[in-house]
Amino acid sequence: MQQVPVSLWTLVAGIVVTAISIWIGQNNTLMPVQASLQAPLVDGFFNVMFTIAIALFLVVEGTIVLFLIQFRRRPGDDTDGVPIEGNLPLEVFWTAIPTVIVLLLGIYSVDVFNRMGGFDPAGHPHSAAHVAHIPGSAIAATLSNTEATTAPTIGIGASPQTLNKPADLVVDVKGIQYAWIFNYPDSGITSGELHIPVGADVQLNLSAQDVIHSFWVPNFRLKQDALPGIPTELRFVATKPGTYPVVCAELCGGYHGSMRTQVIVHTPEEYNSWRTENQIAQQQNLNQVVAVNPADLSTSEFLAPHTHDMGISAATLESVVMRRD
Amino acid sequence: MVKNMTQVEFPQNTPPEGNKPEMVAGHTSHLKAWKWQDYFTFNVDHKVIGIQYLVTAFVFYLIGGLMAIALRVELATPESDVLDPNLYNAFMTNHGTIMIFLWIVPSAIGGFGNYLVPLMVGARDMAFPKLNAIAFWLNPPAGLLILGSFIFGGSQSGWTAYPPLSLVTAPIAQTMWILAIVLVGTSSILGSLNFVITILMMKVPSMKWDQVPLFCWAILATSLLALLSTPVLAAGLVLLLFDLNFGTSFFKPDAGGNVVIYQHLFWFYSHPAVYLMILPIFGIMSEVIPVHARKPIFGYKAIAYSSVAICVVGLFVWVHHMFTSGTPGWMRMFFTISTLIVAVPTGVKIFAWVATLWGGKIRFTGAMLFAIGLLSMFVMGGLSGVTMGTAPFDVHVHDTYYVVGHFHYVLFGGSVFGIYAGIYHWFPKMTGRMLNESLARIHFALTFIGTNLTFLPMHELGLKGMPRRVAMYDPQFIDLNQICTFGSFVLGISVIPFAINMIYSWLKGPLAGDNPWQALTLEWTTSSPPAIENWEVLPVVTHGPYDYGHGHSTEIQPSATPEATA
Repeated sequence: MQQVPVSLWTLVAGIVVTAISIWIGQNNTLMPVQASLQAPLVDGFFNVMFTIAIALFLVVEGTIVLFLIQFRRRPGDDTDGVPIEGNLPLEVFWTAIPTVIVLLLGIYSVDVFNRMGGFDPAGHPHSAAHVAHIPGSAIAATLSNTEATTAPTIGIGASPQTLNKPADLVVDVKGIQYAWIFNYPDSGITSGELHIPVGADVQLNLSAQDVIHSFWVPNFRLKQDALPGIPTELRFVATKPGTYPVVCAELCGGYHGSMRTQVIVHTPEEYNSWRTENQIAQQQNLNQVVAVNPADLSTSEFLAPHTHDMGISAATLESVVMRRD
Repeated sequence: MVKNMTQVEFPQNTPPEGNKPEMVAGHTSHLKAWKWQDYFTFNVDHKVIGIQYLVTAFVFYLIGGLMAIALRVELATPESDVLDPNLYNAFMTNHGTIMIFLWIVPSAIGGFGNYLVPLMVGARDMAFPKLNAIAFWLNPPAGLLILGSFIFGGSQSGWTAYPPLSLVTAPIAQTMWILAIVLVGTSSILGSLNFVITILMMKVPSMKWDQVPLFCWAILATSLLALLSTPVLAAGLVLLLFDLNFGTSFFKPDAGGNVVIYQHLFWFYSHPAVYLMILPIFGIMSEVIPVHARKPIFGYKAIAYSSVAICVVGLFVWVHHMFTSGTPGWMRMFFTISTLIVAVPTGVKIFAWVATLWGGKIRFTGAMLFAIGLLSMFVMGGLSGVTMGTAPFDVHVHDTYYVVGHFHYVLFGGSVFGIYAGIYHWFPKMTGRMLNESLARIHFALTFIGTNLTFLPMHELGLKGMPRRVAMYDPQFIDLNQICTFGSFVLGISVIPFAINMIYSWLKGPLAGDNPWQALTLEWTTSSPPAIENWEVLPVVTHGPYDYGHGHSTEIQPSATPEATA
């Protein structure tokens, strides 16, 4: 009986590997629910890389296993293998293929990064934001508590569609050990959770009071460090109403793991009613906050009006702040 | 004699400091072996220093491993219920620090490098033996500083020690940590200098450059990289030390400092440090695989040059650790591309080793099992590394368990497996005795299963939303975390058959003879363990280091008795 030619086996193996990798790569459930405009971009990119990775993994691991079985030493055989010391065309082949793959991935990642808005913050050399790039002025801005008006130069900014347009909603986000504080400059609301309307172009101006924190919403696939002294930003459009975790991703002390809160993506109506309610509820405090220079207050005094939103009691807050000081 | 030489030429094969011949002359001229006490002294023999590095490093591996088990026990439940969160951070910080600076780097470079480089190039010792001993003896005080820092709470800011956190948390412990790292960094610089000079100047004249074993190429590339990058880390850490203790404000944002500059200084060293931890291991792979597959290495030049390529490109990828930090978009993209390019020379090595297996007569010894284990897991770590190297995806997974899973595949599945492969391969040379192969197989099976159980689920944890360096986490992640914790117990148990094998075989194992594996590199041409100055008469290189299949290895008696060689 004649043997099946090796080339045929290789072809079949190639088709099987391709099919498996595409199927797994495109149908994996490794990522959490998508909830921002950037999420499908990141996931699409991940799925492409995952598909390639599975194919390479199957080919290399399959080859290793095949060789281990085929070229195992048989009992009693103490001779050496065949003296092959190299094969230039083969070596060129396996240098060139990965080179092409990584260069294509490189181009693709530039494209995805651009569509995510990664180039925008640094893309306005003439904007006022550029001034903040000088470390001294950035710090001055933080000290005078005006970082809300200083546009950050680092982070994920406007996508090509929203370039040169102001965001629909700007929220100042401050990281402290171990909480996020969200301040809405347009309405004066301060909250321990982020409330945003679905479909709105939201810009978060990130800052940190004590140590480095990192603002991460897994469902948005976005993360940006909040750095003391250096303003950063995240700009995105939430696409799906719901409640998603906000996680601190940069080690910030003993209770880093508990520095979690939520982002609530509302329908526009829900958002408006939340906004109205909180404006009324915080009216009194608002006057105080405007009248009082926050820099003169201790951390716990400053935070006391917001403990309800942060989901903790004033006493808990006091103990946390005491421990930190 | 040596000191009277005035010409520019470097004396071949004679330690220039000249203290070794005197020592031997002080005894009878036929002192064959060191006594066990000599291993606890300031000894200048490269083989003693190599074993000192390996044994010291292994002790710290056990300490760092116990810390990891404690972390995994804490993470078996979402609440912080076993360790105080600050102690958790101290264990987490020092687990990383110990594994990097006191286990992988000293064992791979200090241990195998010192033991093997002179033997492989046909030298009687390293170029500067006293400097070599000084480099080793900087390590024990560094280890004591790390352990002593726990009296003051232990450093808690991660092995990266980012300010401002490192400036406001456990300052005395952090200072001790900095001093420890500066000590091992200095040790690394001294050692690297020694390797470069030894390899360049002291190989036997009959060895051509394309006959230098690939392990020596790897150590040469590693040493150059360490010489270029380590001073930058030292600079960054000294500035941090000043901020902590002397009132400066290089990294204090409220006093005009900049926290991101520290990150650049840190990663300019610490990304190359990844290659310091893996390039010598790649060298071990290139030695172990041909011997046990009975095949010449596939593409000697490609493997040697790819080490150099990794070093060069590896110096320009550090910002991929800072894609979510204070870095502008163009910088994130530049370092995405450079990071992706590193995959190419790394892939070349992987493919070359796989091709070396083709047409071989593979002997599944303990050394070979770990080498194959490394090959299969490094593929995983390499592929996940490529995905993370791209800024758009890294913005999601940076500082998550995906990263933890990735670098443990590279550093545990890679470096630690490589160190094990090296120990199984060269143990007969170092001790003159064979290891037990059954215990080796049990050790391999437990380690391989444990590694995958512990680190594979971490990828999914990270993608789904679990950040790294946390003592408490969202309860939705409990199932995967418990698999990881179970896997870590398997890894903990896996050390037991290894330790038994080491101790028992060192005392009672069957005699190995000069060349139990019928290998062709020069270290196998001397006795096991080698005499104090390595050879009575220096060997002459008559064939390449990997010329299997040409009849060279059949001339070697597989079980030469020590009497026959004496």
